[in-house]
Amino acid sequence: MSLTSAHSVVAPSATSKRVAGTIIVLYALISIVPLLWIFATSFKTPPDSIAYPPKILFQPSLEGYCNLFTTRTRQTPEYINSLGPATGFCDETTRKRNMVIAGPSNFMPRFVNSLIIAFGSTFCAVFLGTLSAYGFSRFKVPLADDLLFFILSTRMMPPIAVAIPIYLMYRELGLSDTALGMILLYTAVNVSLAVWLLKGFIDEIPREYEEAAMIDGYTRLQAFWRTVLPQATTGIAATAIFCLIFAWNEYAFAALLTSGTAQTAPPFIPTIIGEGGQDWPAVAAGTTIFLVPILVFTILLRKQLLRGITFGAVRK
Amino acid sequence: MLNRTADSVARATPEPLARKVRGISDKGLAWLFISPTILLLLAINIFPLFWAIYLSFTNYRANRPNEVVKNVGLANYKRILGDQDIWIAMQTTAHFVFWTILLQTLIGFTLAWLIDRKFRGHAFWTTIILVPMMLSPAVVGNFWRFLYEPQIGLFAYAISFVSGIPATEIGMLSNVSLAPWSIIIVDTWMWTPYVMLICLAGLRSIPEYIYEAAEVDRASNWRQFWSITLPMALPFIMLAVLFRGIENFKMFDMVNLLTGGGPGSTTEVASITLKRQAFESWRTGYSSAFAIILFVAVFGLANIYVKALNKVKQR
Repeated sequence: MSLTSAHSVVAPSATSKRVAGTIIVLYALISIVPLLWIFATSFKTPPDSIAYPPKILFQPSLEGYCNLFTTRTRQTPEYINSLGPATGFCDETTRKRNMVIAGPSNFMPRFVNSLIIAFGSTFCAVFLGTLSAYGFSRFKVPLADDLLFFILSTRMMPPIAVAIPIYLMYRELGLSDTALGMILLYTAVNVSLAVWLLKGFIDEIPREYEEAAMIDGYTRLQAFWRTVLPQATTGIAATAIFCLIFAWNEYAFAALLTSGTAQTAPPFIPTIIGEGGQDWPAVAAGTTIFLVPILVFTILLRKQLLRGITFGAVRK
Repeated sequence: MLNRTADSVARATPEPLARKVRGISDKGLAWLFISPTILLLLAINIFPLFWAIYLSFTNYRANRPNEVVKNVGLANYKRILGDQDIWIAMQTTAHFVFWTILLQTLIGFTLAWLIDRKFRGHAFWTTIILVPMMLSPAVVGNFWRFLYEPQIGLFAYAISFVSGIPATEIGMLSNVSLAPWSIIIVDTWMWTPYVMLICLAGLRSIPEYIYEAAEVDRASNWRQFWSITLPMALPFIMLAVLFRGIENFKMFDMVNLLTGGGPGSTTEVASITLKRQAFESWRTGYSSAFAIILFVAVFGLANIYVKALNKVKQR
């Protein structure tokens, strides 16, 4: 049935392939430059990062990472000389700039908040989403299409518009600036994606498996647990990664509804400042650490990407 | 493509087992499975929405919770529709949405059309191209401020290297006429891969035999492109435009960090105005009314568009 392109009369010619390949590679290289620049900047010293012309070759340094994880205070050289020997690499670098480490920065707690909120909300969204998707996929639910559309439509509201009443509601309930509040909110946002994606995945599992299991004496619930869930694992994993990426990247709600104890990394990273403005190597270091998990996930998700970004509307 | 077929098959299948109920009935189970999601959405989305509708008819200010709340009727809505600043924000949003969608569709479709040639290594390079769209718009948008710095930024340096204009004069974020383009460039950089990926699915859905038939009829490449490739990929392009349109109409994170709406209010898109009114001026009632208007606008436009999309698909 399927014709291999080599035998096809309409296969693109070798020249057109070469031209297309060259353009795509050029575009890919140019579009990846900002990311490489973030990565490179994270290993520059502050003076190197703001040099003109921008330095492409430089002496790599971990100063940005030191500055990301610490807060520092400026001291007189006499005071610094009066201290004992430097205790580590970061201590030594800081002293060279006539400063001493005053303590850990807020980056670690913010990063941990991001982890807790992203994983917590992903777990809840996928759990609720799997149940609902199975319900919509296998049972005759009255007004199913309307309910599904309602679930999707909650995604169309501008986040700031939702944030105004949520802000007031959380203030009344004492959920402002708490991880629980953010987990609830992200679960609500992600559950629409989870239901839509998972319904697609579960629709693809033949009902005969469950029916056979039920004939063997399983109840519907057992059949769901023992036959459907194991088959939907790939779909559930892909959905979970999409929810995780959303919650990890989310900024608008986090910036408006958290300020301290529950603040996540995205609103925190832009506030990293050094003396006389933004400490770009530290910002780049924070950005790099923040982006690496997403890069890994993108590669894992390659095959499911299309489905995820279109709410399951386009499948291959 | 839109998987209605699976649904209709599922509905047409009789349920012989539905009668053999063991444990919880199917109907009970269905509600048990669906209701937690619906309840959560009612609590976190719908209840606040109704609260916002109520607030939009009042003069409530969130920073003065003890003040007596007065019902002001439609006054907030009237003031918004007569407010010059709101109309400027809507124009800024329209400018942003129009240019980002135009650029992303043109570049995204072209890239997909080239990748569809399946040259050696196309899968690897496609993955590389897809990376920007997966990243946090806030965190990456923040970093673009550094790239846009007139003297030390890489973007300004590259432009001055190519054009010969001194790098100090390329103030993408400070120049009133360049700032709207600074956000368009970043958005296009981030989201062109998104449009590309959907277009690629569209191109790959075109069966090869149609081209073979056209080849037999000696249709030129140009003709094949306009009468086969483009019309058949159109529903996919329109779907990409729909998703990008909704997203960019709501755009907040990247713009807030990159320009914060400035210089002045040249890049103040609707969401930024909303944030300034709601969380800086604390005009909660007024901004709730604006939020409702925005929501109705997105919802209405999306509905009209989906109808058009369905017509195109049925052709």
